[in-house]
Amino acid sequence: MEILDILLTASFWAAAVRIASPLIFATLGELICERAGVLNLGIEGIMVIGAFAGWMTVYLGGGLWTGVLVAMLAGMLFGLLHATLTVPFGLSQHVVGLGVTLLATVTASFAYRLSLPEVTSPPKIEPFQPFAIPGLSQVPLIGPAFFAQTPLTYLAFALIALVSIVLYRTPLGLALRAAGENPASVEAQGLSVTAIRMGAVIVGSGLMAIGGAFLTMSAFSSFFFEMVNGRGWICIALVVFGAWKPGKAALGALLFAAFDALQVRLQQTPMGAVVPYQVFLMVPYILSILALVLMSRRAEVPAALMIPFNKGER
Amino acid sequence: MAPDTGAEVVLRLDGITKRFGPLVANDGISFELRKGEVIALLGENGAGKTTLMNILFGHYTAEGGTVEVFGRALPPGHPRAALDAGVGMVHQHFTLADNMTVLENILLGTRPLLSPRLGAGAARAKVAKLSRDFGLAVDPDARVGNLSVGERQRVEILKALYRDARILILDEPTAVLTPQESAALFGTLRKAVAQGLSVIFISHKLGEVMEISSRVLVLRHGKLAGEVATAKTDRHRLAEMMVGAEIAAPRLSDRAPGPALLTLSNVDTPRRGSVPGLSGVNLTLRAGQITGLAGVSGNGQAALAALIGGLERPVHGGMELHGEVPGDWSPRAALAAGIARIPEDRHKTGTVSDFSLTENAILESYDEAPYSRKGWMDWRAAEGFARKIIETYDVRCPGPSARIRLLSGGNMQKLILGRVLEAGPKIILANQPVRGLDIGAVTFVQNRLIAARDEGAAVLLISEDLDEVMALSDVIHVIYEGRLSPAFPRGTMTPAGLGQWMAGHGFGGGAHAA
Repeated sequence: MEILDILLTASFWAAAVRIASPLIFATLGELICERAGVLNLGIEGIMVIGAFAGWMTVYLGGGLWTGVLVAMLAGMLFGLLHATLTVPFGLSQHVVGLGVTLLATVTASFAYRLSLPEVTSPPKIEPFQPFAIPGLSQVPLIGPAFFAQTPLTYLAFALIALVSIVLYRTPLGLALRAAGENPASVEAQGLSVTAIRMGAVIVGSGLMAIGGAFLTMSAFSSFFFEMVNGRGWICIALVVFGAWKPGKAALGALLFAAFDALQVRLQQTPMGAVVPYQVFLMVPYILSILALVLMSRRAEVPAALMIPFNKGER
Repeated sequence: MAPDTGAEVVLRLDGITKRFGPLVANDGISFELRKGEVIALLGENGAGKTTLMNILFGHYTAEGGTVEVFGRALPPGHPRAALDAGVGMVHQHFTLADNMTVLENILLGTRPLLSPRLGAGAARAKVAKLSRDFGLAVDPDARVGNLSVGERQRVEILKALYRDARILILDEPTAVLTPQESAALFGTLRKAVAQGLSVIFISHKLGEVMEISSRVLVLRHGKLAGEVATAKTDRHRLAEMMVGAEIAAPRLSDRAPGPALLTLSNVDTPRRGSVPGLSGVNLTLRAGQITGLAGVSGNGQAALAALIGGLERPVHGGMELHGEVPGDWSPRAALAAGIARIPEDRHKTGTVSDFSLTENAILESYDEAPYSRKGWMDWRAAEGFARKIIETYDVRCPGPSARIRLLSGGNMQKLILGRVLEAGPKIILANQPVRGLDIGAVTFVQNRLIAARDEGAAVLLISEDLDEVMALSDVIHVIYEGRLSPAFPRGTMTPAGLGQWMAGHGFGGGAHAA
């Protein structure tokens, strides 16, 4: 019954929330892109560039929030590239997305080597520190888990609500969802499908980059090449898991993070001595696949996802 | 020119010209629309009606000509400008987002994108008022994806009215409606006109045009072929203007039926989802005979077509082709047995939209000489075949290498017809062969089917249009809940009598004994 014991510790839940935070940023970013009709496979690379840009800014003497801003702008720049190629030019979103991932990843490596040619182990920065919210953080179990996190985690959770409100309660969200469902409906109302889709991809990419920056500026304190490690791809699955709804997708991120936090702790139990550690590493992925299969069967895919829109074509 | 009724001119098109590659879709078209009138834009498929309206609305940019609304020139290529000027368009293919509610669809684009609120409350009241005033009943909170086609169209009209449209353009609005829904739509349009709106009604159905319009503009091959006051013309003359020649109604010569080519005896097929299967069906298709299948849609027509086309096997009962029981039954076996298929849905099952005309022309014979030899395609032979069909069957298109999706429904159907008939079929399965086609194309397709019959083919004509079945068939069956009526020879039944069978009268409790 080690699992039950683990589930009842505050440190486990604190870890789950921490691990979920970058996933929430990037998942919301991807969700915005896909709701507008663009699959953004650049996510993995954009997270890398975000992780690098934020960390580098702070290393060069910038403030932490300046670092977040720079990361976001770097992500938006790659988002602009992705959007230009996929929206007005209507190129394959798969090819462009993978291309952006490769380009962003090597750009980060290149800039790293260029700026730190002599360094063998990456320098550390002073990352975001946990900020305990007075009162709330005193609540047993929940307090230390949710209300003694870094400011970036609070931002991630605030964004869930913000994205939901924008999507469902504003004219902008209406147009964005319509662009991903039937772009002709947007066009027929005299709005520009191109502008809406490009805007969505650029903003979504900015969020992905903040997700990457979370890794170097909140979870760890330095930049490693492999640190994003497939999180971007997980976020693509989380969007499907969440049926393209921000709340459900964020819940999926939390669930995945909980599995991840759980497997680390299981490795330290007596079971971990018998079972090879690779099995534990597999756990979150296997459970995610299962959850995905179960949850996404009735999910409604935005009908125009991955279909370029060309004005005036018959 | 238009009779001068003195009413204000709300819309003026002058010299509109639009090309798609080598195809001239609109050629110097000019006309005026006045306040409070309904003008019908009549023309065959591909005559340029929809293109013209898309230019007016700013979806396409014309190569030449100007559009004036309420005396002001519209900048080309800006739907927003058309909307703001008071032009509302109900597209043939609805421009609604299925994942949103009716109200959300109506609200889309009505407020600046960056305004913080949707303004749903005020909108709800306005929509309710418009619904009442114009007879457009629809639940504002329903998801559009769950609505019927008729309801979606009402949402489209509400969208236009919500934006205070003064000019309403409806592109083939009745193509997807039941007769009752069409009648309701006409009621709405009359209310709109009474309130001073002007309507452009695009159609190729003459009856509707006569009923709703005050003036008719006829488009032919992209040109304005004529303009008449509706009161001063009739269906026959309009049809002539539309196709540019007098139309002869299809006529069947008397002909002795030949031998039975396909016989079904007491056949059952399984039910597929909501599609009923056949039960105890007896049917004989004879050479040189058109067998008409009448019936209300969804009564097993699809099952019968699937069986004869090779997509479905009988679970019970016997089937004989040319006097023999077929060994294996599959679409390929059906083709090999000389069964030609004109499918019900030409977009989904009749053609591959993104293939060229050439590729579509050889879809059923690509693996045979002369189109392929020893495993290699001979594209020259294939293109020659496509050219032959284009010429013989008057398929209007940019050329054999054009993607078939660019063609209008009628031209697409002509290509399918050519593909089917050029193979010299023994049995022709024609499932709704003229649905959605204009008169010219209808006559063309029907005459070709009759010609095939006269040359000795057995034709099964499946249609929901009783007039069509009665005009073209040597014998008629009625299908009802998967069961078949006895064969009624030509001229032995009145429409009312067949209507009784279509409603299920005459079928016994159990399987019908033919």
